Amino acid sequence: MSAVIDTDGRVAGAHDHDDHHHAPAGWRRWIFATNHKDIGTLYLVFAFTMLLVGGVLALLIRAELFQPGLQIVNPELFNQLTTMHGLIMVFGAIMPAFVGFANWMVPLQIGAPDMAFARMNNFSFWLMIPAGAMLVLSFFMPGGAPATGWTMYAPLTMQMGPSMDAGIFAMHILGASSIMGSINIVVTILNMRAPGMTLMKMPMFVWTWLITAYLLIAVMPVLAGAITMTLTDRHFGTTFFNPAGGGDPVMFQHIFWFFGHPEVYIMILPAFGIVSQVVPAFSRKKLFGYSSMVYATASIAILSFIVWAHHMYTTGMPVTGQLFFMYATMLISVPTGVKVFNWIATMWKGAMTFETPMLFAVGFIFVFTMGGFTGLILSMAPIDIQLQDGYYVVAHFHYVLVAGSLFAMFSGFYYWSPKWTGVMYNEARGRLHFWWTMISFNVTFFPMHFLGLAGMPRRYADYPMQLADFNALASVGAFAFGLAQVYFLTMIVIPCMRGKGEKAPQRPWEAAEGLEWEVPSPAPFHTYETPPKLNADATRVVHA
Amino acid sequence: MFKPLEKKLAFLTAGLLTFVSGFAYAVNDLPGGPAVHQLNLQAAATKVAEEQHYLHWMMMFICVGIFVVVFGVMFYSIFRHRKSLGHQPATFHESIKVELLWTIVPFIIVIFMAVPATKAVVAEKDTSAADITIKATGYQWRWGYEYLSGEGNGINFVSTLDVEQRQMSDQGAKGVDIDNYLLKVDHPLVVPVGKKVRIITTAADVIHAFAVPAFGIKQDAVPGFVRDTWFKAERTGDFYGQCQELCGKEHAYMPIHVKVLSQEDYSAWVKSQQESKTAAADNTVALAQPAN
Repeated sequence: MSAVIDTDGRVAGAHDHDDHHHAPAGWRRWIFATNHKDIGTLYLVFAFTMLLVGGVLALLIRAELFQPGLQIVNPELFNQLTTMHGLIMVFGAIMPAFVGFANWMVPLQIGAPDMAFARMNNFSFWLMIPAGAMLVLSFFMPGGAPATGWTMYAPLTMQMGPSMDAGIFAMHILGASSIMGSINIVVTILNMRAPGMTLMKMPMFVWTWLITAYLLIAVMPVLAGAITMTLTDRHFGTTFFNPAGGGDPVMFQHIFWFFGHPEVYIMILPAFGIVSQVVPAFSRKKLFGYSSMVYATASIAILSFIVWAHHMYTTGMPVTGQLFFMYATMLISVPTGVKVFNWIATMWKGAMTFETPMLFAVGFIFVFTMGGFTGLILSMAPIDIQLQDGYYVVAHFHYVLVAGSLFAMFSGFYYWSPKWTGVMYNEARGRLHFWWTMISFNVTFFPMHFLGLAGMPRRYADYPMQLADFNALASVGAFAFGLAQVYFLTMIVIPCMRGKGEKAPQRPWEAAEGLEWEVPSPAPFHTYETPPKLNADATRVVHA
Repeated sequence: MFKPLEKKLAFLTAGLLTFVSGFAYAVNDLPGGPAVHQLNLQAAATKVAEEQHYLHWMMMFICVGIFVVVFGVMFYSIFRHRKSLGHQPATFHESIKVELLWTIVPFIIVIFMAVPATKAVVAEKDTSAADITIKATGYQWRWGYEYLSGEGNGINFVSTLDVEQRQMSDQGAKGVDIDNYLLKVDHPLVVPVGKKVRIITTAADVIHAFAVPAFGIKQDAVPGFVRDTWFKAERTGDFYGQCQELCGKEHAYMPIHVKVLSQEDYSAWVKSQQESKTAAADNTVALAQPAN
């Protein structure tokens, strides 16, 4: 595989032979995929599809809330929409998308030929299809989709129809898929690094995913436990969450959030990783405080296990409980702050250019930090008493999940897609996508802070008249935001996937570092089949 | 599930018209409830809520301050350290001093924030020495109130959203301009001003949450368990809240209306309630068998 370290673009000739042996053509290539790049593509396509499905549900919600009164859906369907929007976005869009990024980039960044368990990789992807289908199709089951909110609090789950069981089954499958994916990523990172790629030389994206994968392995079984108890309560006469049999509904919340809070960081740590690579590349400077970034990521991950009950301040915890969870939560803002400061220090005195990946990365830092501040405000138990289960919380977690995770993924797409597709995206369109997304995002979610402060509860199909205007504004913003993503798909992603556009050079970004830029664009089907020889800081392949 | 297409089209047209005409809703601020274009928390009617306002403002000032400084630096850098301006990249990439500084300083700021918050938590949680104790039971989808101790002991009734308002909602609330839309109930919870009222919450079916923003209280009502919270209203008037924990399809339609009366008016109300025993008996039946 000399072509791997070839820089002069004679890709096709060098790879014909290998491709013939390893890459089945047509549908077999995808069904039987064992190549990390193909599986990465599958994950990303699946995640974007689910993003659109979840987005349509969100727009139905916003259409209903455009005006006071019920116009489009009844309250029952409304609750189903909020529930499925949450479940689909969390488990169908954000998580698989990051796994897709990991599949594509982790082996390339550490100089490994593929993921450690190629067949398990295939299995963990294809498990998601029936699970995703079950989630989406639950709308058509008797009684409609689950209407409990994505948090599936007991005992409301006891009142749901058969779709609740389908949902639980789907969660189990998705959990199994996530655990397999995580084990694969951990083993790949720990065992398959090229010689010289020591842990503390790994790119930040690899580091954040290593830590994320451990979080996933730790907490997905906890979710499985919670929903299994829900299932046995529903059908097999147990009373885990039923006070009539000695159970406790609040115990469900404790178990759920013991999963749920690390889950929040599962959805943001890989985003930190992407931004930590994009910012240095476009500042033409090394990442400031690499080791403190690693430690900060690890601290956030560890702290994420001891803050879960800040989602539960209003359940009636004792004073000491509220104080403990308040302090622990406020503490997380310290390592998170370190990350933001490090990014800005990386930009400081750099030589910045603002191609689309950098725009989204800077947009991420700016808007995600607002979500961080509202998180700090919410962590204060006395203020949270006012804001819990209201629109302020909705605004907060969309600021960290949309402006956080999703913006970082857009940044990652623009940054790495030249390597994936072999063509450059259209820069003008990328910029338009950024500004359109950034503005409509804020028009949608900023007014929600005011709604929350005014006391509007979340998961409400109708609301007092005084709240009409901000709701209308948020709805207008939401439709603009949705349209921006359709533009992204049709005008940017699809042309790139069809190979339309300027041919991407091997190094499309002047100062981007890392082993992924040592292979041609598009990355050949097989890369690093023999371990590359690396330079001292493990960013370049040394040509023998 | 979906309403007929015509209705949707009508809604879209109406929505568009509303949008063009500048979102015309001729409603006024609701004292004790939300105000039009309200930007901050509802006006406080208890010491606890005042404390929350204070904490919120404190946090806002600190956060906005940090925001301005941090992003001032970032935008300065963005505008000055550009390649297009010929700026050459520096080569520094670590500094133990700076990193220690921006770990320790935020840590100290966080401790400063935690001190007043701790005091507030302790105060909010002190439900001892109440003058009146009322049990609030969440039902799908109404609130049941039982006066357990203090003046009014023995009174109980069920509080349900005004039926007309519920119908207005189904009809799309077209042409409705009422200030207490979705907040009007048949029997408000009545309490005296300046007395410590302890609310014990529980639920009969699923989890609900008893919340009154102006009082700064929100307490989940958990079936099979009792929890408590308290308030001491500083002024008379009507105060509104809504169920805050998803409890099924009518979640948005089980408001809380607390009427705070002067001591004399409250005593008179208690007397009238205790005299009309028949009404109380009717309500007991309703409590025992909440209709769906």
